[in-house]
Order: sequence, then C-alpha cells, then structure tokens
Amino acid sequence: MLKDITLGQFFPGDTIAHRLDPRTKLLLVVLFIVALFQARGWVAYGVLTLTVAACMTVSHISARNIFKGLKPMIFILALTGVLNIFYTGGTPILPGWIITWEGIARAIQMVLRIVLLITGTFLLTYTTSPIALTDGLELLLNPLKKLRFPVHEMTIMMSMALRFIPTLIEETDKIMSAQKARGADFETGSLMDRAKALLPVLVPLFVSAFRRADELAVAMESRCYHGGEGRTRMKQLILKGRDYIALALGILLLAGIIYLKKWGL
Amino acid sequence: MSEIIVEKLRHVYSAGTPFEVAAIEDIDLVIPQGQLVGIIGHTGSGKSTFIQHMNALLAPSAGKVCCGGQDINESKISRRDVKHQVGLVFQYPEYQLFEETVYKDIAFGPKNMKLSEEEIDQRVREAAGFVGVEEELFEKSPLELSGGQKRRIAIAGVIAMRPGVLILDEPTAGLDPAGCRQILDNICAYREKTGATVIIVSHNMDDVARIAERIIVFSHGRVVMDGSAGEVFSRAQELIDIGLDVPHATALALALRKQGLQLPEGIYTHEQLLSAILEIRGAAVC
Amino acid sequence: MSIIKFENVHYTYPGDQMESLCGVSLAIEEGSFVAVLGHNGSGKSTLAKHMNAILVPTEGKVTVCGIDSADEERLIELRRNVGMVFQNPDNQIVANVVEDDVAFAPENLGVEPREIRRRVDEALKQVGMYDKRQHAPHLLSGGQKQRVAIAGVIAMEPKIIVLDEPTAMLDPIGREEVISTVTRLCREKGMTVVLITHHMDECVGADRLIVMSNGSIVADGVPAEVFANIELMEREGLTVPETTRLLYDLKQRGMDLPLTALDVDACAKEIVKQLRG
Repeated sequence: MLKDITLGQFFPGDTIAHRLDPRTKLLLVVLFIVALFQARGWVAYGVLTLTVAACMTVSHISARNIFKGLKPMIFILALTGVLNIFYTGGTPILPGWIITWEGIARAIQMVLRIVLLITGTFLLTYTTSPIALTDGLELLLNPLKKLRFPVHEMTIMMSMALRFIPTLIEETDKIMSAQKARGADFETGSLMDRAKALLPVLVPLFVSAFRRADELAVAMESRCYHGGEGRTRMKQLILKGRDYIALALGILLLAGIIYLKKWGL
Repeated sequence: MSEIIVEKLRHVYSAGTPFEVAAIEDIDLVIPQGQLVGIIGHTGSGKSTFIQHMNALLAPSAGKVCCGGQDINESKISRRDVKHQVGLVFQYPEYQLFEETVYKDIAFGPKNMKLSEEEIDQRVREAAGFVGVEEELFEKSPLELSGGQKRRIAIAGVIAMRPGVLILDEPTAGLDPAGCRQILDNICAYREKTGATVIIVSHNMDDVARIAERIIVFSHGRVVMDGSAGEVFSRAQELIDIGLDVPHATALALALRKQGLQLPEGIYTHEQLLSAILEIRGAAVC
Repeated sequence: MSIIKFENVHYTYPGDQMESLCGVSLAIEEGSFVAVLGHNGSGKSTLAKHMNAILVPTEGKVTVCGIDSADEERLIELRRNVGMVFQNPDNQIVANVVEDDVAFAPENLGVEPREIRRRVDEALKQVGMYDKRQHAPHLLSGGQKQRVAIAGVIAMEPKIIVLDEPTAMLDPIGREEVISTVTRLCREKGMTVVLITHHMDECVGADRLIVMSNGSIVADGVPAEVFANIELMEREGLTVPETTRLLYDLKQRGMDLPLTALDVDACAKEIVKQLRG
C-alpha cells in the first residue's frame, strides 16, 4: 500500500538534538558534508564515523532506522564499491589479479562516505519537523531576499507540498480502488500497458490537485494571506547557548579534518 | 444468479504491527439475489471495509465471501471476474472520471471486460438511460458538467458493466434534496428492470427507510441489527445510543410516545406517522 | 445596526451569460445567526463569496462592517473581520500541525508572537480541539478538521463568520459537531454567523432563514414561518422538517395546529394537546 511509505520521516522526541534550532542543524549538516569531502585518510574517516555514532546516540536514533533508510540506496552503494574495486590502479592483492589493495581501500572509503553523507542528512530530518525545517531554511536564506530571490514563496511552497503529500497519497489509493472496481488492471501486461493503465489514476489525481490548489488559494486569501511581507511567526526561532556550542563543535570538527588532511591522515 | 454468502468474515489492518486493528469481525450474512439492502453505521464502523470485500478489492484475513456459489478469492481469475459481477460505486465517484468524453468514460468498464464494440456501445447507451444522462452529453467532457450530472455519469460507468450486484457507498453525499432523490430513483429503476441486488451504504436514515427492504446495522466492526426497516427502527433508542440517527418520523414518534401518546412501534415514514396519529384521533372522536 | 449590507447586487461569473446573483438586497444584523438555504446553483455560494470580497459585485454594492467590498485599499481590514469556512476541510488547512494552522491568519496579519499564541490557544479551546493541538490534520476526522478550520478563522478575531456548506462532506456526528460549535460562537461570543447549507435540519436553530433560488431571495424570515410555506419550499426542490410537514398535513385534515413548532418536543406537545382536546 502507498500509505505505508514514510515521508518526511520525522521521529518526534525530546532529545537535545530535537531541541536544537533547525538553523543550527542545517548549518551543522553543511559543515559535516564539507568535512566529509575533505577527509582523505583512515583517521579522518574514523573521526567522522565516531561523530555520526555520537550524534545517533544523543538523538536516540537507532542503527536499525538508519539501515531502513539506506535500503533503497543499496544498489548505488554496491555499484560504487564494485567500480572502485575494479578501476583503481596499484598493487594487486595476488599477482595477476585486477583487484588491488588500493582499490579495496578506496571502495571502502567511498561507500563509507556515501553512508555517512546519507546518515548525516537523516539525522537532520529524523529530529526536525518539516515545518521547523522550512522555517529554518527561510531564515537562513533571508539574506537572499535582497537579491530578489523569492525565499518566502519557495519555503511556503515546500511546506504546502509536505502538508498535501499524505492527502494526495490517500486520494491516489482511493482512485486506484475505484478504477480497479471498474476492471482496470495495474498489475499485468508489458511496461507500456502498465504505464497506460495509470492514466485513469493520474488524470483524476491532477484534476483534483488543481481543484485543491484553487480552493486552497481562496482559503488562504480569506485568511488574509498576502505574501511574506509584514508576516510574523508564532513560533520564533531563537538561538540559545546550546546552539552556539553545537556550532562551535561543528567548526572544530571541520578544522580538525582539514588539519588531518594536511598530514595525509 | 448472484446470491452473496458471507461466512465468518474478518479483516485486520496493519496485521503483525502494534497498530493491528480488526476493522470487521465475525460477519455472517446471506444476501439473496434481487434484495435492496441498506447498510448503516457511523464512520469507522467497518461498513466501508465490508463492501470492499464484496468484489475482492480487499482480501479477508479470515472467513469467506461467495458470490453465485463461487468463493470470490479462490484464484486470480475469480478475483477479476467478481469485479464484473459486483459493481462498486465509491463515495464521491465523480472524482474518478478521467476520459475526454462522457461516452468514453462510461465505456471504460465494459472495455476492460474485453467486450465487442457493438456490445460496449449498447451497454453505454443503456447505462446512460438508467441514470437519465441524455445522448447529447456523450461528446462533452465530464469536467464541464454539474456535480449531480457527474455523479450520475460515474454511476453509469459501473452500471455499464451490468453487475448482478450493485453496491453504492454514500451515493447521495453532498447533493441537494432534488439531486438525492433523482439518484435514488435511478438506482431503484435499475434494480426493477434488471433484478439486480442493490446494497446502499448511507448516513441518511430517511433515504434508507424509504427504499430499503432490509437494513443491516454495523457498529464496531460487527453486525448489530439486521431486519426490515420496521424491525430496525422499532429499536430507535438503541440506534441513538450507538451514535446513529433515526429517520425524522421515527424521532418524532419517539417524542410523541414520551408525551404519552400510544403510537405503534416501528414507525419510520411520514405517511405511517400521519396515519397512526389520525387513527388515534379517529378513535377519540368515536 | 446591520453589519452586512447588500444593495441591489448583481453578479455574473466571467464567461457566463446567466447572472448568478440578480439584484440581491439584504441586511444582516450584528450578532444574529442567519441560515441560507437553496438548491445547487441557486447562488447561495456566490452570495457567501461576496461577504469577504472574494467576489465583488458586477453591479450594486456590498458593505461589510462599514467597508465597501470594492475598496481594495481596505481589503485586508475587511477580510480580518469576516472568517470564511469552506466545504472541503482538507483544502483549507495549510499547515502540518493543528496549532500552526490556526496561527496562519494572525501570522499573516503581523500579530505579535505572544499574542498569536494566546489567540491560538483560546480559539482551539473554543472549538474543543485544544487537546489535539499537536496533531497532524490529515489524521483527524472530518468534523474535527472542520473545527480546526473554524478555530483558524476565529484566531483572526472576526466579527462575522461565514460558513459555505461546511457540513456537506461530513457524517452526522461531524455535522452536529460543527453546527453546535457555530451556534455556541453566536450565542456566547456574540459573533454574527451566516451558514450556507442545503440541510434544512441545520437551519432550525437560526434566527433567520433566507431561501435562495436562481440568484434571488425567494423567502426570508424566522425559520418556522419560512418552512410553514411548504408549497414554496417544495417548488424550490427543498425539503421541510418532518415537524412542519406533520403539522401541516394534520392541519389539512382538520386539526387546529400552529405550523411554527419546529422543535421535535414542542411539536409533539402541540399534537398531544390537540388530541387530548
């Protein structure tokens, strides 16, 4: 069933990771990603892995949840591993073999890099509600408004999309059942047949999405929406002591990794 | 023949997770060919889950549904065939219209049944006739029409499959009184002409009381009452206690009885109530 | 003082030939509960949309709280005084969390954050949804969603609340929840309520009932009196309450009954009184 897909994947909780300002968490993820791409040696990877493990412990996110999220990426991970094993030159592990020691090392590092990258972003979405995330993003991108970049419009669109995903999924389920009751078949036939069979689902879905958008626009106007200008927020984001400490730690991590890189570690 | 036999039917959502809930349980019913059945129950009482078992859209967690003597979940083929035999019209069916023209939309079902062109054409015209959709509308886009018309076209799309059993979930929801009456009249006409079984799920007790020969009441996933309108609505207080409405005439009869008027049990239409009161007056005068 | 005033209002939708409102004049008193009944396409929704300037008359004038609806300078001022609740509860909730949705209107108005918090809590308590303030809207029942929508507009602290077929998509329990909530807002908070509907049951508790047909007002008065004109109601494709119908039919058969007892118990009392003579 479509309903079973977890979207937004926010796990409500009350850990320090949940309480951090979303802006802090967004910046930390950026710092972490930069650090990740600066890592060269085993020591650096070790430090980053430990950092992620520590963050997981702090935010009460189990390894199982992370694995669940990684599942759809398995193919890409495997491909990365295999390509690196076979296409890295160096000393063969056995004379005459194409596989090299360097290849194995590189494969491990590349796979680790992707896993850490995904885990880092998961930690953000797992501990931050979609609304907080878009709010944080809007505030962080605020300076771009001076360049006439539509920051408010972009973030409100994001949060609307998040709001309507569950509604539209439910609707898709309903329309599919209704068409199945009229004998539509979504499960057999060639790829082309199946794509065609989706038309009776997609057309009503689009029609309804447009109708919803129309009604939503009227409802928003009725509630005095007139763009981002002069808007206030009920939940104000205020950076607290813990946010500054977390940011300092993030910067320290990046500096450390860059330092290690200098020494080739 | 499409007699429906339901045995020990049970359906569980989210089986094997902590959220496991039994939506319906222990349902045993026999619905003979040609009966007009009303199903009532509040939201979440299991009635929607139940009707989706009638054409194998949902598979039972336990128990069996037979239609015309055949277990409908026996094979992939039986699950497909039952959809031709049991037509299911969902709530707000107008939201599933998708073709460019009214004609093509009504033809979608028969086309999926792989019928011949002539057969499809004949069925589309017949189905449109049942719901009072004129042929001038055939080449129009369904999206241009009024709400009531769209609803009737969507129902025609199911009728065109000539189901021996027609099931409708809240067919009158959101329509004004004139629209409601027209849809119900269309459905009754279909049944009279074809001898099909009709099952209507509705919140509107007056509608159910007026047209159904038999009323089945769902509550918390079980059948709690099953009988004629007179039998079911004579238990008006019980219905009110499980959070359901009763027909307006029944509610008024209940109030009159509380005032001490000796009205007979099981009143559910205006005419019954009127004649019962007039009878009492007649007796008083004599 | 009339808070909403329609003066000979005509309206034609762009691209339509037929007028959807043909010269409607109407004055609604502050603090009253007005129900508007009519079949589909009678113009009742168009009427509602004129009350907060979603539509402006093609001819004539609408004044709400002393503001001309055609005055674009004062559009926001007008809209913050008129809360609108629409038919489909899903399509008017903008946020993923109940309380964030209720905060939407005051946020748009630039209200100070602490004041927004107070208004949101207050509004949610008034509709009985305070306990669910942290919930995701798509997991609520239809009646609950519609109550959140009502809270969303009363957080603007409007003088008027206009509901455009708010119960059409709800089950009987949800309908009851919505109607009792708006009735309370009118009776206890003195809000002016305009309820557009095609369920005659929902009009029984109103102070005034307006019946629309083909873009015009065809009946206007106390609900009991309007319903008593059964011939007119039937001509308009509308039903009347069972109470009125029974009293009417009994009267036709020679019983001396008033047609104005709308309430089930009051009606029963009248009939029993007559029979006992």
